Amino acid sequence: MGSAIAFWILAVVGVGAALAVVLLRDVFRAALALVLCFLTVAGIYVTLSADFLAAVQVLVYVGAIAILIILAIMMTRDLQKGSRANRLRIPALVVAVVFFGVVVFAMVNTSWRVISAPPQEPTTSALAIRLFGENGFLLPLEIAPVLLLAAILGAIVLVREK
Amino acid sequence: MSLEHYLVLAAILFSIGLYGALAKRNAIIILMSIELMLNGVNIAMVAFSRYIVPLLLTGQIFAIFIMVVAAAEAAVGLAIIITIYRNRESVDATEVNLMKW
Repeated sequence: MGSAIAFWILAVVGVGAALAVVLLRDVFRAALALVLCFLTVAGIYVTLSADFLAAVQVLVYVGAIAILIILAIMMTRDLQKGSRANRLRIPALVVAVVFFGVVVFAMVNTSWRVISAPPQEPTTSALAIRLFGENGFLLPLEIAPVLLLAAILGAIVLVREK
Repeated sequence: MSLEHYLVLAAILFSIGLYGALAKRNAIIILMSIELMLNGVNIAMVAFSRYIVPLLLTGQIFAIFIMVVAAAEAAVGLAIIITIYRNRESVDATEVNLMKW
């Protein structure tokens, strides 16, 4: 019961914040709404008993990506122009609504094989066993830091003064 | 809460992000909309992990890798935007038309 109330509050606030991201004219307020949306997604992870992912969501998204975005907004003085829509506003709206309808139709009409086993808590050690154990995801886990290193080097090369 | 609730929430977030990514001029708003879409996908992944394979946690592993890629994408994307701003004094995506036809 408590998790249902938490889910509905988080879902309503999260969808409202996501709408604010695309509808607000002020770019900076849109970025702050994005931070709120990230936080509610972390709460959604908690209701799904994914405690490690909720912590990572707060650390990576709210802590790092949101700061990067706000920094980029402050460095590119397009604030006074606001967040305007381009010529494709109505077609984009139609595409998004049609996509939403198709996806929800497919989701509701699929009979998911839901297993009613209790969730694992805490998930940190179970995730570590899945990542580092046998038949796990060790190779993708080793590729991920290479990707991060390449991204860091690429970002430095792009913004370096000539 | 059932699986469908979480999936519909994920679909709503993804559709809002899709609209923002297609309809906005400011490149930073487009990048923020892409982050919204990635968050929607992550919610769907974690919901599948909780309800379909609660003992394997495969969806949560996938969500971790999506976060890694999202962080890399945000860093490189914002570096590209700042470079474009240095060269053109604007981050309007409709004005960056060198490779459009």
